[in-house]
Amino acid sequence: MAVVTGIKEIIKPENLVYAKTKLMTENILSYCPGCGHGTAHRILAELIDEEGLQSETIGVSPVGCSVFLYNFIDIDWQEAAHGRAPAVATGIKRLLPDKFVFTYQGDGDLAAIGTAETIHACNRGEKILIIFVNNGIYGMTGGQMAPTTLPGMKSSTSPFGRDVKIMGNPLKMADIVATLPGAYYVTRQSVHKPANVAKTKRALRKAINYQKLNKGTCLVEIVSNCPSGWKMTPVESNKWMEENMFPFYPLGDLKTPEE
Amino acid sequence: MKKELRLMKGNEAVAEAAIRAGVDGYFGYPITPQTEVIEYLMEAKPYETTGMVVLQAESEIAAINMVYGAAGCGKKVMTSSSSPGISLKQEGISYIAGAELPCLVVNVVRGGPGLGTIQPAQSDYFQATKGGGHGDYHLIVLAPASVQEMADFVELSFELAFKYRNPVMMLSDGAIGQMMEKVYLGPQKERSNSVPEWATTGKPASRERNIITSLDLDPNRQEVFNQKLQAKYDEIKKNEVRYEEFQCDDADYLLVAYGTSARVCQKSVQIGRDRGIKVGLLRPITLFPFPTKRINELANHVKGILSVEMSAGQMVEDVLLSVNGKVPVYHFGRMGGIVTTPEEVVDTLKSKLIGG
Repeated sequence: MAVVTGIKEIIKPENLVYAKTKLMTENILSYCPGCGHGTAHRILAELIDEEGLQSETIGVSPVGCSVFLYNFIDIDWQEAAHGRAPAVATGIKRLLPDKFVFTYQGDGDLAAIGTAETIHACNRGEKILIIFVNNGIYGMTGGQMAPTTLPGMKSSTSPFGRDVKIMGNPLKMADIVATLPGAYYVTRQSVHKPANVAKTKRALRKAINYQKLNKGTCLVEIVSNCPSGWKMTPVESNKWMEENMFPFYPLGDLKTPEE
Repeated sequence: MKKELRLMKGNEAVAEAAIRAGVDGYFGYPITPQTEVIEYLMEAKPYETTGMVVLQAESEIAAINMVYGAAGCGKKVMTSSSSPGISLKQEGISYIAGAELPCLVVNVVRGGPGLGTIQPAQSDYFQATKGGGHGDYHLIVLAPASVQEMADFVELSFELAFKYRNPVMMLSDGAIGQMMEKVYLGPQKERSNSVPEWATTGKPASRERNIITSLDLDPNRQEVFNQKLQAKYDEIKKNEVRYEEFQCDDADYLLVAYGTSARVCQKSVQIGRDRGIKVGLLRPITLFPFPTKRINELANHVKGILSVEMSAGQMVEDVLLSVNGKVPVYHFGRMGGIVTTPEEVVDTLKSKLIGG
């Protein structure tokens, strides 16, 4: 047997069982090991490619861990100020009504500083897709309490656990959005297991196809983990997410079109 | 082509001129004394004629970010507001300057600070000309002194905005926005189909992806970018200074004033000359870039300069820098929404610069 000296030597067509999807760039992902963002990015890149939308898509990246999303998927991008992605997407879509416009936002971005922009874009029924990654914490700034942090959950700004009497309650944004007439399709999914990845991809494909038909606002929430912020191993964090996050943020459709 | 003559408010003139100039989109939020801009546009329904998008946003913050998104697609887009609303827009304006996007922001200034008053003022000069939001940046700032100029400066603003990929502010005030004057309006222009090479319109196979952003964490690259911005502002200073002189040739004393104060000071020049004081007026039309060089030249021929502004004295700092100690420079202005009278200006000129 030949001595393998480098990864390049074993990348041969006959050995390939899995590869970087076409629209992912060569840039190295900036995420911690075990984080769900990478999987969510990949599904999104696959779908834009499979739906033939590369030349039709403008993405809006947020402020937060996924701030550099524009480095990772090979499409046109705009980087929005913190929380303002739905307003930026509104401006894009109103001027380019035939394009596919989406935002990708974390829970601090979408559910705290950008609450007004999110609710009003959805209420106007802007024909955009909002991908909402909810890991219950501010990851990029180092694990502070988010609007979605669970009661009792520890963070660097709730070091003894979130005391709802002092710090208020976690906000279920997807549930709120689902009550708005402008929202067309609202669902909550996860990407921690292969079956869930497949479900999330199906949900996103559905949302993208509603966008192609210029239906109303679609919001796909992905409940995800933050091993670094939660101070757990990736495996522990996924277990903790199933036991604690899912009961509070149950997976499944919150609003589906009446057809 | 023959221009159409109308009697309009300054705010209405901005709206009508935007439609006629072929502007692609307007995003706004109501605030006195500029609300007629969006009211006029909603009444005119340009989305049914030229295809211009008009949208009332949920806040000034949302409106300026809609401008960011649409401007990032290479479109001619604008917003308007008044002082407290412009303060809210500053985050977005800083991002627009950082991402080098062209757009027009109209500020129909009212008295402050805080909620202040709804009456006209010029107390947003610092905010308009020195950046306004965080970071080292400048807007190109145009100061209309008539309803006609509020109309004319719409097209000029977009010319400059696209030439330099820089946001432009039209710094008007509550008097010019609200008063009615005759205005000549140009013919309806077609909206442009041209797409700037940097615009995000969907990435075709033929080009690299376009990214609109103001972020670069690498300090060396961020410094190089800042140097590029400063070089652009130097170009703007070199090429785009605009001003108007009124009886400056033989003047012993110079008034410097823009917008409503310049209108008042024209009368002050007449009154002064009737009383035997040779006074002239320099009216900056661009506040950034400021007519520094011309004021410095005039300082060689006059005995003193009075900067007149409806503020506690903001533009006077740029006049002082321009004059660089050659002659005495004073500020005069009323505050809180009170418009200066021509007599007050002449009296102040006499007491501060002439004596007696």
